[in-house]
Amino acid sequence: MFAGNLTLTVGDFRMASGDFAFESDGVTALFGRSGSGKSTLLRAMAGLDRHTRGRLRFHDEVWQDGRRGLPAEQRDIGMVFQHAALLAHRTVRGNLDFAARRAPTDRGAAIDRDQIIERTGIAPLLDRAVANLSGGERQRIAIARALIGRPRVLMMDEPLAALDWRAKAELLDLFETVIRDFGIPTVLITHAPAEVERLADRVVFMADGRVERVEALREALGRADSPLFTEEGPVASLEGHLEPVADDPHRLSFITRPRAATDMPVTLWLAHDGRPTNTGSRRLRVRGDDVALARGPVTGISVQNQVAGRIEHIETSRPGRAAVFLELADGQRLVSEVTAHTIDSMGLADGQSVTALIKGAALMG
Amino acid sequence: MTLFGIPLETHPIWLTLQVATITTIVLLVIGVPIAWGLSRMRSRWRVVFEALVSLPLVLPPTVLGFYLIIAMNPNGPLTEFLGLFGFSGQLTFNFTGLVIGSVLFSLPFMVQPMMSAFQGLSEEVLDAARLMRAGFVDRFFSVILPLSRQGLLVGSVLTFAHTVGEFGVVLMVGGNIEGQTRMVSIAIFDHVESFEYAQAHLLSAVMVIFAFATLVGVYLINRRFSARLG
Amino acid sequence: MLKKTLMAALLASGWLSAAAAQAETLTVAVAANFTKAVEEIGAAWEEASGHEVRFSFGPSGKLLAQIRNGAPFDAYFSADTARPQRLVESGEARDFFVYARGKLALFSLELPVDERAEEILAQGAFRYLAAANPKAAPYGLAAQQVLAKRALYQRYRAAGKIATGESITQTFQFVATGNAQLGFVALSQLRDPQSPIQDRGHVWMPPAKDYDPIEQGAAALTRSKHPEVVDDFMAFLRSREGATIIEKYGYDTP
Repeated sequence: MFAGNLTLTVGDFRMASGDFAFESDGVTALFGRSGSGKSTLLRAMAGLDRHTRGRLRFHDEVWQDGRRGLPAEQRDIGMVFQHAALLAHRTVRGNLDFAARRAPTDRGAAIDRDQIIERTGIAPLLDRAVANLSGGERQRIAIARALIGRPRVLMMDEPLAALDWRAKAELLDLFETVIRDFGIPTVLITHAPAEVERLADRVVFMADGRVERVEALREALGRADSPLFTEEGPVASLEGHLEPVADDPHRLSFITRPRAATDMPVTLWLAHDGRPTNTGSRRLRVRGDDVALARGPVTGISVQNQVAGRIEHIETSRPGRAAVFLELADGQRLVSEVTAHTIDSMGLADGQSVTALIKGAALMG
Repeated sequence: MTLFGIPLETHPIWLTLQVATITTIVLLVIGVPIAWGLSRMRSRWRVVFEALVSLPLVLPPTVLGFYLIIAMNPNGPLTEFLGLFGFSGQLTFNFTGLVIGSVLFSLPFMVQPMMSAFQGLSEEVLDAARLMRAGFVDRFFSVILPLSRQGLLVGSVLTFAHTVGEFGVVLMVGGNIEGQTRMVSIAIFDHVESFEYAQAHLLSAVMVIFAFATLVGVYLINRRFSARLG
Repeated sequence: MLKKTLMAALLASGWLSAAAAQAETLTVAVAANFTKAVEEIGAAWEEASGHEVRFSFGPSGKLLAQIRNGAPFDAYFSADTARPQRLVESGEARDFFVYARGKLALFSLELPVDERAEEILAQGAFRYLAAANPKAAPYGLAAQQVLAKRALYQRYRAAGKIATGESITQTFQFVATGNAQLGFVALSQLRDPQSPIQDRGHVWMPPAKDYDPIEQGAAALTRSKHPEVVDDFMAFLRSREGATIIEKYGYDTP
């Protein structure tokens, strides 16, 4: 549990969070456009700036009270910065040793070092100097280093922003499994909705230097005016299980996780380009643009994924467009973005049963 | 052992090397905190202190030397200040005076490369070290100094070389006493003044080679580091 | 301006030739140690002649190099005799003469050298004695001769008791700041009205026979466009009035 109210002025910029409180378990995304104060809030929470004022509690520990803050070095935070911030004068192993030697022995996440190295895939890099590593490699080392320090909280400041798309996809997979498997409370700064939808359990929306609201991911994805939808339009995030399909390397099956015992799982088929991906428990992003609606199952059409759903509510998403939020048989939510004209001509309304047609290519594993 | 017909222990070259070595060590010790303090200073007074440190760069050596012999004379303020710590005797015309003068005069050569090294440190890296529970002293020795070693090395080499080549201040503060305060640059001057060109050439050649080697060293250090960190 | 006009009228009516009534400006290169004396002489000469004179002060060697490279000086006052004589030999200057003889002085802020100089020197009861570098400065050579005559030079040198100034100015600073307890300086430095040790300390003049004369020579430069005016200035400097000023600043005159 994080609760507090922090202010910090850096140059001309003033961050005044206002009162905020959120659970710390799972992944909390600090989301906002650049200049909204995400990084400043994170630095204030980590105790990295001595000009921080206000109050902050982590569970029942006081981290900030007025001018007085618990020194950053005593907060047990594992930090991953945008540019990894590795120690250039040490090898990869030296970077890990630096954290290991200073890690507390009586608290924090005690994860086996070898396991961390294996999961982050950095074993072949251990004896390299850090200077000539790729951005993706550096971030893997940064997260391994952070974990080896036995943190109580993992903080990540735009860890993917400086990477190319392939490294981004790989690291997103890595974060998803590592955070989930090791169960370390994580605060993630990002301005990319896709990262929020893949990783976050809750979202702290920031704008103009303050915390606007804190929402569970499901709520944040349940309203058409969500800041997560500003760029790409409405998106749904489905929880489920990704599995290879026997005898077909170019297809994967995704079986969603029912929200309640009475709900039924839904199966989707994904096109797959053959490159390694996280199978097992994970999330799937489905853009509203890629979901068409029909009154019932359609035959003689290329779309393979046809899912029955009930219209939860309909909202205008942008001029001339409407977001249709559907509840599926598994209790999870899917969203389709159609034109306002379609709503009228099809006579769509809350409570109706429809079939959602999801383009296969949109569901790249 | 003799060098060019003069016993080694009183030879200007030996004396010069001693003064330069001790000056470099002293400046490493006092230059690091000064450079660190300046590089982290956010106050508007910082420019004043920076200018103060750089003053020896622009002051004619004879001016600095003149102020030094006033401050360091047997009743001078510096002598009296050191007297508070049990120092007695004279600061000028001896080894101590040479080192004090060289330290002041070479201050910018040590502090400036250090400062730019400290300023070039990534805040993120220092923050990362901090979050890995490294306190300030730990950080300073395990992160800040190792990452700034290029600046320290360049500063040391420049300080050493500058002390070796210094003329005006050591002449003023040292009093050109043979075997005690006559450094190489003064010895060359004396040889030239008395038309002893052969000896002057010999010493000058040593100086030229030394200065050249020093500069090559500095550029090598810079290249090696920029290759490794670039 | 009014003064000048009056002066010109006065001169036109009187004892100077009509040609000289045309006011000229001389530029004279002067060794730095003679600065104060020559300024006073210059002012007196301007008053008397109606001409003007400007001075360029510096080390004799530098001034010589400037003359060799075409500097527009009318006359050269060196701190030695060799340099102006060399100019005369090469035809660049004429009418060499010795204008002043420097006097060596032993000065101390604390030690009573005025009463017991020989005793103090012989006993060596001091930490440092300042003297100019004999290789670089004539006063340094003179100091060396004075000490050598008493068989003290090698002794003090070997003991590291002689703090050597690279010029007579630096030597003076060693003593005036108390870093050296006593030192051989130029009497002219002590006589300077602006000297920081005016009316302080103790002075002893070593006998003139103990050291070679420290002669300062001058010559008119042949490139001057106003040779008669230069001659007039030189004559004024060598007159009784000029000599009085030179002696006032601690030099002997021939």
